[in-house]
Amino acid sequence: MRIVVISDKCVSCGVCVDSCPFSAIEMRDEKAFITEGCQFCRACMSVCPAGAIVEKAEEGDAKTVADLSAYSGVWVFAEQREGKISGVSYELLGAGRRLANDRGTYLAAVLLGGTVEHTDDLIKWGAEKVYLCSDPILEKFNDEPYSQAMISLIQQYKPEIVLAGATPIGRSFIPRVAASLRTGLTADCTSLEIDKESGNLLQVRPAFGGNIMATILCPNHRPQIATVRPRVMKRDEYDESRKGEIINVDLPSLTTRTKVLDTVKEVSECMLNLQEAEVIVAGGRGMADPKGFKMLEELAELLGGAVGASRAAVDEGWVSYSHQVGQTGKTVCPKIYIACGISGAVQHMVGMQSSDMIIAINKNPEAPIFSAATYYIVGDVNEIVPMMIKQLKEASQS
Amino acid sequence: MRIIVFVKQVPDTAEVKINPETNTLVREGVPSIINPYDVHALEAALQIRDHKGGKVIVVTMGPPQAEDALREAVSMGADEVFLVSDRAFAGADTWATSYALYRAAEKIGFDIILCGKQAIDGDTAQVGPETAEFLNIPHISYIRKIEDVSESSIKVQRLMDDGYDIVESSLPLLMTVVKEINTPRLPSLKGKMAAKKAVINKLDLEALGGKEIEANVGLKGSPTQVRNIFAPKCQVQKRELSGTPEEQVAALVQDLRRIRCA
Repeated sequence: MRIVVISDKCVSCGVCVDSCPFSAIEMRDEKAFITEGCQFCRACMSVCPAGAIVEKAEEGDAKTVADLSAYSGVWVFAEQREGKISGVSYELLGAGRRLANDRGTYLAAVLLGGTVEHTDDLIKWGAEKVYLCSDPILEKFNDEPYSQAMISLIQQYKPEIVLAGATPIGRSFIPRVAASLRTGLTADCTSLEIDKESGNLLQVRPAFGGNIMATILCPNHRPQIATVRPRVMKRDEYDESRKGEIINVDLPSLTTRTKVLDTVKEVSECMLNLQEAEVIVAGGRGMADPKGFKMLEELAELLGGAVGASRAAVDEGWVSYSHQVGQTGKTVCPKIYIACGISGAVQHMVGMQSSDMIIAINKNPEAPIFSAATYYIVGDVNEIVPMMIKQLKEASQS
Repeated sequence: MRIIVFVKQVPDTAEVKINPETNTLVREGVPSIINPYDVHALEAALQIRDHKGGKVIVVTMGPPQAEDALREAVSMGADEVFLVSDRAFAGADTWATSYALYRAAEKIGFDIILCGKQAIDGDTAQVGPETAEFLNIPHISYIRKIEDVSESSIKVQRLMDDGYDIVESSLPLLMTVVKEINTPRLPSLKGKMAAKKAVINKLDLEALGGKEIEANVGLKGSPTQVRNIFAPKCQVQKRELSGTPEEQVAALVQDLRRIRCA
């Protein structure tokens, strides 16, 4: 398939050129021309006032579509670490429940591990079936045996949809599963719906650093596989009375060439690496003393984030250099950057200005940081931050 | 030791802005850069070579202008560069991209493949692991430190949500790295001279298998399709909070909770 311009119809308005997110349309001889940068997103087709841009089938397009009707059921990969099932698994069961209902099919969880506690919980959170594979080789996470197990189960039971958490585990081994099964995988979906006409899974995900959203389809291959970040989907109700079936599966041929020698927990202040953090609460000279940073740590913890600092705060010795953001520190681009008592020197701004959202709190209404901020509050951080902590705590209890 | 580094040329997403009137991306004047995570992968490869000897071979798939990314890699110290480029590869999703890179890697030969954990334009983190599966080699994602490398094995630290794992693997192996792993070197003057003269090896469809692989690359080989694209609903607008400090904080906390689902 290609996207082409019907020259006779093209009115040379150039609207499509501006609409293309990939800069793949040029004006040539006063007509629109689609270059090889085309990613087939069809954005131009919807904006063309003359209907001059169309899809054109090409030889080889008509793939022999596998018998998709052989596939049914919605599966959730239930992630465990040290025998404990992680929260994202239950969230995915919530999302999976809706999809299974819309498709008129069953919802199952797949649990791989050594010995896992509370397997029943998967049923109480909505799974009708749990495929359980207990094997010492699956106790710690290694990509190869996890993908081998998943591939083998999918080949045997043929689910139509598979969901996994977009965690360091899911994001690492699920691509191997998709590669091996010759099917599509869509990462970090923020919305999953069933298309009423085709029954396909509509997978919405952000691209270009969240600047645009794309709806992705996997129409001719099964299963349709998607990963979803933790805390994006809502859990269903926990119901003690739910009944389900636990199916023990034995997979004798799992192998691994990688080996986990040790697992190191980092619960201290450096638990969340600054550059990986989605939320950063950073403090500057306005924090006044090291106690101010204790307060920021508390706020960061409430938001599931990490603590950053300006050079001024590091030079004062209130916080260690590993927290420094800016030209001589780290460059970060979290989803949310909360700048507390940071005036916004250029050297600091270059390290954080690409954050999706910047919240600035400063008592100087002229502080340069405000020009980059999405939200700002003019006030003393030592009053505002405790207020935020208090209100966040109250809100999470209500 | 032969070390392949996969890099991707990407638009600098920090510079990509939305035109609020048309809801489209403004890409004019947006510079192309090497995906930042891949620069750390290249640095990791150069460090292994500097200690153990061998060659660093940088491979990219993209349109002809992706050559610029390869020259930049040479300026940092890459020994050889390959451009995987063909009209037939256009429109590839991660499956079809990984397939082409697998064919390329097999042709070039390697002991280790390094790449960034993900590219900043697509953010999928899939091409590395998918390529490893096609190559039938192990892979380790999110590496924050390489502790030890020998001719036949490697020991690394893998970043996890709650800390890190120390993982050992046999070679050959594919690894994806996070930024924490190192601080990339700057191009040297000698490197910049070398970049100008660098030979760009080209791999097209024919070189990677021709007809035999045609159904597995480009748009035709891609299981996923982009149905449409649109601007995010809740575009973040600049917002001055009003009222008493308590009211301002309340409005902020409410929005924060909405965004974070806290």
